[in-house]
Amino acid sequence: MTTENMSNTETDVAAHGDAILEVDALDVTFPSDDGSLPAVREVSYALRPGEALGIVGESGSGKSVTSMAIMGLLPKNAQVEGSVRLMGEEILGLPDKAISQVRGKKVAMIFQDPLTSLNPVYTIGFQISEAVLAHNDVGKKKAWERSRELLEVVGIPSPDQRLRQYPHELSGGMRQRVVIAIAMANDPDVIIADEPTTALDVTVQAQVLEALQSARRETGAALVLITHDLGVVAGQVERVAVMYGGRIVESGPVEEVFYRPRMPYALGLLGSLPRLDEDRAERLSPIRGAPPSLMAMPQGCAFAPRCPMARDLCHTEEPGLLRTLDNGDRVPPQPGDAIAHVAACHFSDELSEGIRPENLFRDADADAGTGNAGPVAAPSGADAPAAEAAGSERAERGPVGEPEVLLKAEDLVKNFPIRSKGLLKRKVGDVQAVSGVSLELRERETLALVGESGCGKSTTARLLLNLVRLTSGGVSYMGKPLQGLSDKQMRPLRRDLQIVFQDPFASLDPRMTVADIIAEPMLIHRTRNGGAKKRVKELLELVGLNPEHGSRYPHEFSGGQRQRIGVARALSLNPKVLVLDEPVSALDVSIQAGVINLLEDLQEELGLSYLFVSHDLSVVKHIADRVAVMYLGKIVETATTDQLFEAPAHPYTQALISAIPLPDPVKERTRERIVVTGDVPSPADPPSGCRFRTRCPKFARDLSEPEREKCVQEVPGLLERGSGHRDACHYSEVVELL
Amino acid sequence: MSNGTPTTTARAGSKAQRSAADRTQLQTIVLRFVRHRPAMISLFVLLVIAGFAFLGPFFWTWDHRVSSDILSNQPPDSAHPLGTSSAGHDVLGQLMRGAQQTLKVALTVSLCATAFGSLWGATAGYYGGRTDAMMMRVVDVFLIVPPLVAVAALSGNTAGGTTWSTIAIIIALFSWAQIARVVRGVVLSLREQEFIEAAKASGASAPWIIIRHLLPNAAGPIIVAATLLVAIAILMEAGLSFLQFGIQLPDISLGQMIGEARTAVSTRPWTFYPPGVLLVLICLTINFIGDGLRDALDPKQTMVRR
Repeated sequence: MTTENMSNTETDVAAHGDAILEVDALDVTFPSDDGSLPAVREVSYALRPGEALGIVGESGSGKSVTSMAIMGLLPKNAQVEGSVRLMGEEILGLPDKAISQVRGKKVAMIFQDPLTSLNPVYTIGFQISEAVLAHNDVGKKKAWERSRELLEVVGIPSPDQRLRQYPHELSGGMRQRVVIAIAMANDPDVIIADEPTTALDVTVQAQVLEALQSARRETGAALVLITHDLGVVAGQVERVAVMYGGRIVESGPVEEVFYRPRMPYALGLLGSLPRLDEDRAERLSPIRGAPPSLMAMPQGCAFAPRCPMARDLCHTEEPGLLRTLDNGDRVPPQPGDAIAHVAACHFSDELSEGIRPENLFRDADADAGTGNAGPVAAPSGADAPAAEAAGSERAERGPVGEPEVLLKAEDLVKNFPIRSKGLLKRKVGDVQAVSGVSLELRERETLALVGESGCGKSTTARLLLNLVRLTSGGVSYMGKPLQGLSDKQMRPLRRDLQIVFQDPFASLDPRMTVADIIAEPMLIHRTRNGGAKKRVKELLELVGLNPEHGSRYPHEFSGGQRQRIGVARALSLNPKVLVLDEPVSALDVSIQAGVINLLEDLQEELGLSYLFVSHDLSVVKHIADRVAVMYLGKIVETATTDQLFEAPAHPYTQALISAIPLPDPVKERTRERIVVTGDVPSPADPPSGCRFRTRCPKFARDLSEPEREKCVQEVPGLLERGSGHRDACHYSEVVELL
Repeated sequence: MSNGTPTTTARAGSKAQRSAADRTQLQTIVLRFVRHRPAMISLFVLLVIAGFAFLGPFFWTWDHRVSSDILSNQPPDSAHPLGTSSAGHDVLGQLMRGAQQTLKVALTVSLCATAFGSLWGATAGYYGGRTDAMMMRVVDVFLIVPPLVAVAALSGNTAGGTTWSTIAIIIALFSWAQIARVVRGVVLSLREQEFIEAAKASGASAPWIIIRHLLPNAAGPIIVAATLLVAIAILMEAGLSFLQFGIQLPDISLGQMIGEARTAVSTRPWTFYPPGVLLVLICLTINFIGDGLRDALDPKQTMVRR
């Protein structure tokens, strides 16, 4: 503890001269019935003018609370200690009126959800002008003028028209850009962006990040970018701070932290991330256990219970943020080098150059299997035995004859009618969610369905399971058509076709115990009379949970554990096909890796076929054998995973791949980009001909007028390029991106 | 928010749960209810009242009927601890019988109307569309017909129209619609949740989903509505009796007693306060018991309380 304080005071002295925002030993505690919850502990950092600092952490690590504390936006019951100085002036604990002068003018904030951070009853123009007028009384006309300029800066086309529109008339990406425009309205010195792109699709994310950078260029403001996405951090900031359990555990220049992490947690985070730029045979190395609960912070280092290097010292004494010198000595950071690479770990010198996360964390997996099988440690412990097996088998599994086609979809069409308001409810149009999708899922295969939100991938998945009624087309399971079957006729088939849902919080009945949830499909199908209890225990063990925890309720488990429960329920009838609807997108990275590994192991062990629906190409690259890319209800490209990522042919696939931020600072900054403009058109009124043409970079730049005409007139068919690689573009051309 | 909710699987929290792991669901619910102090006290009080109402008459000399041995208008004394009425009833005897009838009516109404109303509402909400529209129009009919008028028309013209069971059924007939509306509203949002889709995906039938998933998850609002209904039923029964359509003399209910004594609040307080206080007690205790039940059935709520 003493070293901690020492280092803090010293960094202050260092930072005083040139820092614009100094956060010093910030503590935030929330009182609760169960005692006080330390949400943020001793967070200190200094931000120099124009600098971009990234704060990374998993949910609950205190990264958002820190920024809310700086803005003075925390609820009244929060106890905030420490100091926050803006250009040398203390702003913590200022009275309401005084802090209002700071907010917006000196420090501006961008929130995560653009849908709720704009007021729905005022026009865009009014809201931006309001922000301008709040600090500069320049008159309405001038403010409106300024609003127009701001919209141009953040790259919104036809700003004059947009100013008169209401938030609901704009898409999510557009709205987030409006929020950025509001933030830069008064030329703030610091912009705090709290997960500004988390709610957006990747192609839109790229546009919004671009807008954020132009906002910085325009105002010269320093940026604090809070995110859980290591890829975003790698490309956008110069310095990064990693938060865990309410503390900063490592901070330094972005290259240093990414290439030479000094704290096992940072290393583990990188290792548990599926990479677009790495070979997929590599198994992920999850960090075991779950992030600590604020109510029960572990003694000593907060990461110790999950750390493979933890020793006795780690469990008793909290390490301070220290700098490791070239000769291996660890010293508190010197005055003058506030930007030095520091890490809070007793044994950071053991993390030598070039250590791979999989070495460190896989060993840990093996240990966990034998050692403490506590509720928290249990999940990843069970991954260990199968780990080696999965790695080697994957390579061997070659095409032994043509595997049987299990699930086949032909020309699936699903239109949701739009009805007029009023009594008659006449049909006035159709939302064409899925228009003519054909798929084949073979035995023991993972087929990924990829696309941005609203492209119809989840609807397709539900059509395949007959959970949503088809408009036209046909689905067959092992040659037996599913369309038109009643619920009763469908029931026996449900045994073979199961689904795992996206949201582990909503997909489990909160009123049922875990054992009841897992046993429910068996009860419905009247299988295993009496043996259900035993089977539940087997299943819990299979998915890496403690079989004794069956009598608990879902809310007692963490997100990752709940997703494992969802998997166990889906497996209880021994299905052949598992539809996974975004199974890991709601989970933290360190947890996500464990669930992905589990899914891979289960496939090996039980011979399952997966239909993996996802928006995350990195995860898809890691897990899928074949990929189908969807755009606005149509499949635009389908290929084996290797083909697709090595030689994407459709402009949309190319744009999608190049929009995904790589968690590698150098690669991320130097790679070639194919940028898509605009937003996904409404599926109620899709563009004629090729549906992607309105956003297509090829259409906009490379094509001649007669060639464009073809895109407008003719719907491109899904044509074979050879060896099963098909794409739907009149002018497709392979591009190498990775 | 999502993952930020501290999971109680963490070390410190697990102590209390380690023992919880061995209990069945029912045992856990009972234990949670027992820990809810107001509910336990209320349950005890209600049991005492019920004992007084149902067993009391066997031990007390006077029943609720007029007896020639009773002097009228007597303040409480040793022979008649709660005094006597102007017509020559023993108030204590009347109170026992009154409480008995009121409890019977109120609980029957609450149980029947809640059971039927929540099934109706859940079915309408689950199917949605045309089924929902049709079922809810029926509910609307029951909501707009003034119950007093309908009850008056029914109970006045049926044989045995003034026995407690008929009264209870008639009141129930006009109160289930409210419950149905509440439950439908809750179910409309519940049915969009993924766990309902999960049940469908594993082949569950509609009745299965309604009974095993929708109704338990709507338990909170259902219990609140049911306890409110107890109070409403008591008041409605009192109103009916007052209008000569409910339980008739010589039989008696608490509402009727209060109605009779309403002109004598200051002159003969012993005829007014005992039934009044008992009525309030019954309503209060049932409300608290409802609270306790709701918390005990909700796995999340009690975790926070403790």
